[in-house]
Amino acid sequence: MSEQRFNIDVENINAEFCGSSTGYADERVLVSLERAQGFGKLKNLPKRLPVGCRRGGCGICRARILEGNYKRDPMSREYVTLEDEKEGLVLLCAIYPLSDLKVRLEPKCVKNVEANSQSLEI
Amino acid sequence: MAMTGVLRPGFIQIRVMDMEAAKEHYIKRIGLHQVMEGDDGRVYLKAADEFDHHSIVLRKADDAGCDLMAFKVLDEETLDGFKKRIEDYGIEVDEVRAGEQPGIGRRISFVITSGHRIELYSNCDQSDPKPGIFNSHIWSVEPHGMRARRFDHALFYGPDIDGVLDFFTKVLDFKLAEKVQMPDGLLGIWLTCGMKAHDIAFVKHPEPGKFHHVSFELENWNDVGRAADIITNFNISIDIGPTRHGITYGQTIYFFDPSGNRNEVFAGGYTYYPDLPTRAWDERDVGKAIFYYERQLNEAFLSVVT
Ligand code: FES
Ligand SMILES: [Fe+2]
Repeated sequence: MSEQRFNIDVENINAEFCGSSTGYADERVLVSLERAQGFGKLKNLPKRLPVGCRRGGCGICRARILEGNYKRDPMSREYVTLEDEKEGLVLLCAIYPLSDLKVRLEPKCVKNVEANSQSLEI
Repeated sequence: MAMTGVLRPGFIQIRVMDMEAAKEHYIKRIGLHQVMEGDDGRVYLKAADEFDHHSIVLRKADDAGCDLMAFKVLDEETLDGFKKRIEDYGIEVDEVRAGEQPGIGRRISFVITSGHRIELYSNCDQSDPKPGIFNSHIWSVEPHGMRARRFDHALFYGPDIDGVLDFFTKVLDFKLAEKVQMPDGLLGIWLTCGMKAHDIAFVKHPEPGKFHHVSFELENWNDVGRAADIITNFNISIDIGPTRHGITYGQTIYFFDPSGNRNEVFAGGYTYYPDLPTRAWDERDVGKAIFYYERQLNEAFLSVVT
């Protein structure tokens, strides 16, 4: 287990500051944010922190890296295209901090959906 | 016993982003066996209680998800009959040559209105390990990992659930064992082609062709608990459980493979007979229908798919 700790600041989609988590070099950024949420440290989130597969497949934890360096695991091209990648978009569950980070949550891109179909919320 | 037509789920082809991690997960943790690796890199796996050549196909890709699910039908004549019925229904059918997947004969392949590719075939080889048939033991290779006994079913997400129901019941002769009916229409359908509570299920979702989970059957509730120990011990990403589904009665855990595809291991479930009525749930009890102990849906159930 790595003892190297980093500070991770998170903003919501409207660029409002939500809070910070302590990240570790060998821990997925999303997992550190789940812990911060558990300690009540994340505010201003529209619902809760978007957590799904935690393995880079479902795209729900899409975010933009505003500052800092990170290492990456494979992440689904369906949700992070090459252009997205150049712009600094990532899936938070598939990156590990190499420095302090500042991240902003981004909506999951939904593909092939007809304009008139509504997404389902219960 | 009069089971004809579509017999059972045969195999499912899953996209993974890291093949080595996927093999470790499905073989060492779920407890499957590798049958072979194809020339194109696809990896063919099976559970020890299955006779047929393979049931899980892993394909390396740059995203996660499911390429197709295939069902085994009684014989070639039945296969030709289904081909005609599907075309008459207005769905285009592709022929897939024998050997496109090792050990599997000719397949027919088509895309249903929810955006999922479904296939049928009748001929396939057997492979080892498989159950013995003469003075045999209950296994030939010692069970390992979660001790999955078989690939059981899959749940898919996509649009036009009503159309999918019409197709599966009218053209493939499936039965609707269970459904969730919301005020604005059908939310989910659990379809069976035999005596299991379900062989394939669909939930309404705006994006077509989405994959919710592939499910493996375990022997009993105690093995579900042991699977939960394995999930924590090996830091496998958990979704929910151990818990129970009101729908099917199955005792279950949802978790994710290393590429984010959801897996389920479960035990139990009721027996379906073709004369049984469809069981239904409405929005008041949809929580219990899906997660019987929590009595509410978790955030991920309706939104997290690959
Ligand atoms: S939680 Fe699924 S991609 Fe991050
Ligand atoms: Fe299931």
